[in-house]
Amino acid sequence: MAKEAVIPFKGTAQQEAELMSVIAQHKDQDGALIPVLHQAQEIYGYLPIEVQTMIADGLGVPLAEVYGVVTFYTQFSLNPKGEYKIAVCLGTACYVKGSGDILEKFKELTGIDVDGCTPDGKFSLEATRCIGACGLAPVFTINEDVYGRVTADDIPAIFAKYQD
Amino acid sequence: MSLYRSHVLICGGTGCTSSGGAKLIDEFEAQLKANGLENEVKVVKTGCFGLCALGPVVVVYPEGAFYSRVQKEDVAEIVTEHLLKGRIVKRLVYDETINENDDTIKSLNEVDFYKKQMRIALRNCGVINPENVEEYIAFDGYKALATVLTEMTPQEVIQVIKDSGLRGRGGGGFPTGLKWDFASKSVNEQKYVCCNADEGDPGAFMDRSILEGDPHSVLEAMAIAGYAIGANQGYIYIRAEYPIAVQRLQIAIDQAKEYGLLGKNIFGTDFSFDIGLRLGAGAFVCGEETALMTSIEGHRGEPRPRPPFPAVKGLWGKPTILNNVETYANIPVIINKGAEWFNTIGTEKSKGTKVFALGGKINNTGLVEIPMGTTLREIVEEIGGGVPNGKKFKAAQTGGPSGGCIPASLIDTPIDYDSLISIGSMMGSGGLIVMDEDNCMVDIAKFFLEFTVDESCGKCTPCRIGTKRLLEILEKITKGNGTLEDLDRLELLCHSIKNASLCGLGQTAPNPVLSTLRYFRDEYVAHVVDKKCPAGVCKALTNYVIEEDKCKGCSACARKCPVGAITGEIKKPFTIDQSKCIKCGACMETCKFNAIVKK
Repeated sequence: MAKEAVIPFKGTAQQEAELMSVIAQHKDQDGALIPVLHQAQEIYGYLPIEVQTMIADGLGVPLAEVYGVVTFYTQFSLNPKGEYKIAVCLGTACYVKGSGDILEKFKELTGIDVDGCTPDGKFSLEATRCIGACGLAPVFTINEDVYGRVTADDIPAIFAKYQD
Repeated sequence: MSLYRSHVLICGGTGCTSSGGAKLIDEFEAQLKANGLENEVKVVKTGCFGLCALGPVVVVYPEGAFYSRVQKEDVAEIVTEHLLKGRIVKRLVYDETINENDDTIKSLNEVDFYKKQMRIALRNCGVINPENVEEYIAFDGYKALATVLTEMTPQEVIQVIKDSGLRGRGGGGFPTGLKWDFASKSVNEQKYVCCNADEGDPGAFMDRSILEGDPHSVLEAMAIAGYAIGANQGYIYIRAEYPIAVQRLQIAIDQAKEYGLLGKNIFGTDFSFDIGLRLGAGAFVCGEETALMTSIEGHRGEPRPRPPFPAVKGLWGKPTILNNVETYANIPVIINKGAEWFNTIGTEKSKGTKVFALGGKINNTGLVEIPMGTTLREIVEEIGGGVPNGKKFKAAQTGGPSGGCIPASLIDTPIDYDSLISIGSMMGSGGLIVMDEDNCMVDIAKFFLEFTVDESCGKCTPCRIGTKRLLEILEKITKGNGTLEDLDRLELLCHSIKNASLCGLGQTAPNPVLSTLRYFRDEYVAHVVDKKCPAGVCKALTNYVIEEDKCKGCSACARKCPVGAITGEIKKPFTIDQSKCIKCGACMETCKFNAIVKK
């Protein structure tokens, strides 16, 4: 179930102009909706209903269909992400090497569940599908930083680095 | 072009990039410059070498020195010692490549990991710079396309692919030539060639490595397919989770267009072919062919019933062929070397090689390409270097959420399409996850069901509701509330889901349950009858117990226990109050005397 976004929509005029130019580029292309959503998420960081409405109007697609597509694919997010996005790989290779324990540890440390975001907007937590770095299993990422071959015991020290 | 005396090949695959490889390229270039070697030594960023466990990997030619786990701080030493003074830095070279007798280094092909491999689909990975089309061309790139366009008819191309015996590498194993034949016979002005690069199987990353390491081979093969069936447009549907692969594919497409290898009138013929990229958005079901096409069309990626098959009615209702990345990577080689050559590799019904992503409890995690018919034992024990920490091999899982587990008793099974099906697993896209005695098979089945429940698109009832019920029964069992009747119920439900689901996702979703029930029924029975988890994974069924004779009464565990469940007198054996214990395992990690065991 999609949770209500905690943080109100704060889109800027510049973001809107960017989105409009993306829509204009793809408008007459077959199958334009998904590429536009990808780029919209890059612009805004997530896809709140305000952004979906602009896309629906711009492409001439019913809002219901836009919402249907957004909620079908896990890459698209209705909620804003934290400043630091923690993503724990739950692919098979990582799972058999204990990434489940790592996820539990992060839940404990952040106090949020999977797909949640801390109230201060600092951390969000995701459980991802295989990121293909199975040689480093178990793996998690915080934004662009990749941590591999870790155990649950290593987590508090790593987490502390992002806290201030 | 200037001549270089040495080449430094740095792996630019995702595994090595993640373990710190990205920083190495700049560092090498800076160090070479500092030593005045920038015109003598060339740094090349390549695709994956396969031995991801030892990443970041750097290979220096002409010596062929294979440096493993290279960190930024090591670069200066390699440059000043090896490249300046000609002395190989043994400290950093992969141990297996050192000849113990005379301190020289061996060729990589003599190392256990590579010895039994045969690289066809991965032929250029780790060899060429994937961002430079000229390097691909230098390794016979686009030669097959030229041959096809100037010397062969579309029918002849299809015949070669048919004769080669190539079967789809994405999982199903359908004969590729036959698929092309169907599409070529469908009459329509507009046809499409699609590439399935939506590698969703957790633990499989061979397609990504091919796209990152040798993107042009896929483009070339798609153009060949386009010529064979009469299509002028191709689409590659790729996961958005693979940013490096997306970027390299885009570079490759742009370069191919610039060189006239894609676009209008290729090689001066009247054949034109263009390729577009479409990014997936994280839906496992989009690996299914009809769902993938629905997704390219911009909708929710839900599958539709077949027939009509895509070869008749596919993308936007037009005849379409869809092949997997690895399948395409084989095509140019088959055209260049001939169907007879390809026929000599593999088994009677499974020709050629298969790439596997070795992962889990195995020493050499990474990517391996082996001739079909190689046994699981050879893969695990010889290529993979066995199970780490002296543990025992328990099972290997192939085919991801659609596949099954192969138990230790069947470790001599040859790996090919039909042998795997006959033992209740499947080839799948090529993930091969090794499990040891610490893995609980009921938990593994539950893990895969959690995945399919999450990824079921919800269109058909057997899959949407059936997999959910399967998962609930498995959860009941792992919590210690299962009964023997639940095992029968599981089996019955599995067969109903298999028979009634619309697409491949639902039809194969029960496989992990069925195969673990088949080979590890005793483990299920232990969970439901004895209420024990033999591997000690299922928390509700595991008790932490202090062994009296080993406990020194130091109280370290009692101080560590977060809920105060451990009590006792100093210098006498302590005890754990099971009613308070939350089974976090902190005590076991703390104990210096190994006195705490899971039972």
